[in-house]
Amino acid sequence: MASLTNEKGFPFKVDTVMEKNSNLTSHNKPKRRRVSTKVAPWIFLAPGIAIFALYVIYPIISSVALSFYEWDGLGEKVWVGLGNYIELFESDVFWTALKNNALWLLLFMLAPPIGLAIALFLNQQIRGMRFVKSLFFFPFVISQVVVGLVFAWFYDPTFGLLNQFLGVFGLGPIAVLSDENWVTFGLIAAGLWPQVAYCMILYLTGLNNLDPEQIEAARLDGAKGLRMLWYIILPQLKPATFIAIVVTVIGALRSFDMVSVMTSGGPWNSSTVLAYMMYEESIFNYRMGYGAAVAVVLFLIMDLYIFYFLRNMLKGEK
Amino acid sequence: MISEENSMKIVKKFAAAAVLCVLIGASAFAGELVINSDASDPAPKAAFAKIIKQFEQANPDIKVKYNLYDHESYKTTIRNWLVTTPPDIVFWYAGNRMKTFVDRGLFTDVSDLWQEQNMAEDYKSAMPAMTIDGKQWGVPYTYYQWGVYYRKDIFDKYGLTIPKTYDQLLHLSQVLKENGVTPFTIGTKFLWTAAGWFDYLDLRTNGLDFHLSLMEGKEKWTSSKVRKVFENWGKMVKAGYFLKNHTSYSWQEAQAPFFSGDAAMYLIGNFFAANFTQEQRSKIDFFQFPQVDANVPMYEDAPMDTLHIPSRAKNKVDARKFLKFMTLPQNETLVNDALLQIPTNSKAQVKDDKYLNIGVKILNSAAGTAQFFDRDTNPEMAKTAMKGLQEYMVHPERLDKILKRLDRAANRIFKK
Amino acid sequence: MFPLPIEKRGRTAKISYRVAIIIALLMWLLPLLAVMLTSIRSIADINAGNYWGVPSSIQFVKNYTDVFTTTPMGQYLINSILIAVPAAMGAVILSTLAGFALAKYQFKANIWIFALFIGGNFVPFQILMIPVRDLSMSLGIYDTRWALIFFHVAFQAGFCTLFMRNFMVAIPDALIESARVEGVSEFKIFWYVILPLVRPALAALCVLVFTFIWNDYFWALVLVQSDTVRPVTAGLSSLQGQWLASWQLLSAGAIVAALPPVALFFTMQKHFIAGLTLGAVK
Repeated sequence: MASLTNEKGFPFKVDTVMEKNSNLTSHNKPKRRRVSTKVAPWIFLAPGIAIFALYVIYPIISSVALSFYEWDGLGEKVWVGLGNYIELFESDVFWTALKNNALWLLLFMLAPPIGLAIALFLNQQIRGMRFVKSLFFFPFVISQVVVGLVFAWFYDPTFGLLNQFLGVFGLGPIAVLSDENWVTFGLIAAGLWPQVAYCMILYLTGLNNLDPEQIEAARLDGAKGLRMLWYIILPQLKPATFIAIVVTVIGALRSFDMVSVMTSGGPWNSSTVLAYMMYEESIFNYRMGYGAAVAVVLFLIMDLYIFYFLRNMLKGEK
Repeated sequence: MISEENSMKIVKKFAAAAVLCVLIGASAFAGELVINSDASDPAPKAAFAKIIKQFEQANPDIKVKYNLYDHESYKTTIRNWLVTTPPDIVFWYAGNRMKTFVDRGLFTDVSDLWQEQNMAEDYKSAMPAMTIDGKQWGVPYTYYQWGVYYRKDIFDKYGLTIPKTYDQLLHLSQVLKENGVTPFTIGTKFLWTAAGWFDYLDLRTNGLDFHLSLMEGKEKWTSSKVRKVFENWGKMVKAGYFLKNHTSYSWQEAQAPFFSGDAAMYLIGNFFAANFTQEQRSKIDFFQFPQVDANVPMYEDAPMDTLHIPSRAKNKVDARKFLKFMTLPQNETLVNDALLQIPTNSKAQVKDDKYLNIGVKILNSAAGTAQFFDRDTNPEMAKTAMKGLQEYMVHPERLDKILKRLDRAANRIFKK
Repeated sequence: MFPLPIEKRGRTAKISYRVAIIIALLMWLLPLLAVMLTSIRSIADINAGNYWGVPSSIQFVKNYTDVFTTTPMGQYLINSILIAVPAAMGAVILSTLAGFALAKYQFKANIWIFALFIGGNFVPFQILMIPVRDLSMSLGIYDTRWALIFFHVAFQAGFCTLFMRNFMVAIPDALIESARVEGVSEFKIFWYVILPLVRPALAALCVLVFTFIWNDYFWALVLVQSDTVRPVTAGLSSLQGQWLASWQLLSAGAIVAALPPVALFFTMQKHFIAGLTLGAVK
C-alpha cells in the first residue's frame, strides 16, 4: 500500500499541483472579495454539523430528557423524575442485561488475540495468499443478520451442525439457544466471528508495516518465536492493538443484531442486553421514558470508552 | 366594456362554477376510502380483494385504497397513524387491544351502526367483546376456535379415546409417554403458545370472570386461585408431557414432530389447520380442551378480528358504508370461507369443514369467550407474564419467584 | 518479516502449511459453506432432515427464483440500493467538506468539533432511537427511504469526517498556502487542489460506508415498516417468520442479501482495507 510519498506520507507529486495552482489564476483577474480564512471553515462545516446536530446531538439530549418521563407514545408525557432509574436498578431484567453486557465485553476481548494469531498464521507470501486473506475477512463483510441466522441454524437442537458434531462423540444435544446458561455464550460466539475477522485485518496491516531493520537486528541477536513476538513485534503493533480493543469494546456494547435475530432476548430475558432491552421496552412495551432511561445508562457506559479513545487519539495528535 | 348586468351574470357563472368545483372536489374527496390492513396472508388477502371489488361495484362513486402490512410492523405503525393521519378504516382486534385506543379517544363510536343494523341480535356472542361503557367501538368479522388437534391414528394405535376431563387427558398422556410418543408438542420461542395453556387452564379452573379480572390487573398472581391453575398445569409440566427444548421452536417449527408422529397432540388455534395436506387431514382430528372442574362452565378462547373507524379519519361517511357492507351475512360468509374461520354474524354460513364444524358447536355452546392472553391484557403485562409462563414450563420449581415477579409488574403497570 | 517466511523452511513445512491453510479456511468459512449448500437443496431434503449429506437434487435455479417470486426480496434489494447509494454519497460529500475544514484550518473550536464527530459515531444507537423516530415522523418521512437516508448521512458523518480529516491532515500546507497567495478562493482550493488528492480516500470511504449502511439492521427496523420501502436486512429477518423451516429459501435469501457488499469488497478490496485500518499504522 506504500507509494511515492512526501515527508508527511502523502502520495502525490508536489510540483504538478503547484503548477495547477498557477493555472487557476492565470487570467490575472482583479482581486475579488474572497471569503476569509476565518469564515471558510465554518461554511465547509455547516452542512455536516447541521445534520449531525439534528440527528445525533439533539436526539441524545432529547432522550436524556425523555428518561425522566413516563410516556407510551400515544398519550401525555408524565413526569416521574428519577422514577425510571430507580425502577431500573430494582429490576431483574436490568441486572441480567448488565451481566450479559459484561460477559460480552469480557469474551469479546478474545477477538484481538485470536485475530492476531490468525494474522500471524496468514502472514506469508505464498501464492494466492491475498485471496485467502480476503476469504478470512469475509464474515465481517456480511450483515450481522445473516451471521445470526446462520448461527441460529447451526445451534438448532434437532438438525444443527453443532449437535450433529457433538453426536459423533456421543455427547447429547445441547439446545444452546434455549438454555439460559448457554444462550449468551452461543450469541457471543456468533458475534466473535465477524469481530475476529476485523481484528485479523488490523493486525495483517500492522504486520505489513513492521520495521524490517529491527527484526533483522533481533534475529541476529538470536531472538525468535515467542520472545521475538513479545519484545519486538507487539510493541510495533500498538496502534493496531489500540484500535482493535476500542472497536471490539464498542462492538460488544452495541450487540443488538445478534440478540434480536437469534433469541429476541430469550429464553425469558436470559440473553437480553441493554441495547435489546431498550428496544423491547420502547417498541413492544410502549414505554418510551423507561426505554430512554436504559439507553442513557448504556450511553454513560459507552462514554467511558469514548472518553478513553478521544484522549488517546488527541494525545497522539499533539 | 362589460355592462353591470353582464358582469353580474359573469360573477354568477363563476360563483356557480366555483360551487360546482367545490362540490366535485368534496365528493371526489369523499369518494376515496383508505383502508389499512394486516390481513397479509394469502387467503385473507384474496378474500378481501374480492370484498373490495364487490363494494366498489355496489358503490361506484367510492374508490378504495387498500394498504397491506405484515402483522408485526402493523402493531407498531397503527399507533403512529391513529395520532397523526389515520386511514378511514383500520383492521384490528378486540379485547384490551381495542380498549387501549378507545380509552384514548382514537376510535369512533359506532353504536349507531349496531343499532341501525340490529347487530345486537345477529352478533350476540361477539357483542360483549366490542362493547365498552355500553357503546360499540368497531365491527367484528371473524373469530376462530382454539382447542386440541390430535393424531387419530396414534390414538387408535394405543386404544385411546377423546378425554372429557383433565384427569383423562393426564392419563392418556401417560400412556403416550410410556410408548415413546411426546404427548403435547409446543413451540414457545415466541411465548404466546404457553399463554394458550395458561388461558385454558385458568378458564377451566377459575372461570371467565376471574380470568378477565386477572387480565385487567384486579387479581393477584400470587393468589390461591392462580396457584391452583399452576398446580393443574404442573401435573403436565413436571411429568414431562411437553416437547423437549420447546423454547427453541416457534409454533410452526413445533408442527414437525406432530406431523411426523413423534408427538400426538397440539393445543393451538384453527389457523393450524390451514396447513394440512389432504393426507394429514385424514389423520388429524380435533377436540375441545377437557373439563377441569365440573363446577366451572366451559369457556373458550375465541380471538376476534375486527374493523374500526379512527377518530381522526377523513372519510367517516364512506367508512360507515363499508362497515355496513361487511356486516352483510353473505360478505362474512365469503371472508370466512377463505379464512377457514367462523363468522361473527350468526346469520352467515360456516364452511363445511370438519374442524370448523366442531368449532362452531363448541363456540355456540360456550358459556363465554376470551380474546386470548396477549389481547386481553396490557401489552407490557402480556410480555412480562408470558416470559414467566415460558420460564415456568422449563423450571416449574421457580413458580414462587415467578408469581411474585408478575405481581410486582402488575402492581406497577395497573396502578397508573 | 515475521514470522519466518515459509520459503526459507523445508518442503515439508511448505506443504503442511498449505494444507493447514486450507483446513483453517474450511473451518473458518464452515457456516457460510453450510448456508451455500443448503441454499441449493430441495425442500424434500430439508423435511427429511438431510441437511449435511449430498443433496438429493440440486435446486439452485428453483430456490433462487423462489426467493424472488414468492417474497418481496427483489423489492428489498432495490430498497437497499436506493437507500445505501444516496446515503453513502451524502455522507462522503458532507464529511469531505467538514474534514477539510477540520484538517486545514486553525480555529479554537476545531479540536472540540472533531471530538464531537468522533464521539457521536461511537454513541450507542439506542440513545438516538426514540427522538430520531419522532423526528422522522414530524418531518413526514417516517416509513420512507428518506428517513433512513437522512439518518445514515448524519450518523456516518462522524466516522467519515474522522477519516477524511486524518487523510487530509497529511496534505502539505504549502500547497494550500501557495494557492491562497495566488488568490484562489477557498472553495476553489478545495475543489481543484484537495479533492483530486484525496480520491483514493474517497474511494475507500465510499466502499466502507456503503457496506455499513447496507448491513444496517437496527435502523431499518425502527424507521421503516412497509414492505415497499424495507431494505434487505430487515426484510430477511421478517421473512424468517414466513419461511420458518424453509431453510433452503432462507439460506438462498441470506446469500442474496450478502452479495452486494461482498462483491464490492472483492472488487475494491484495497480501498476497503485501507479505510478500515486507518490509524492502525503510525
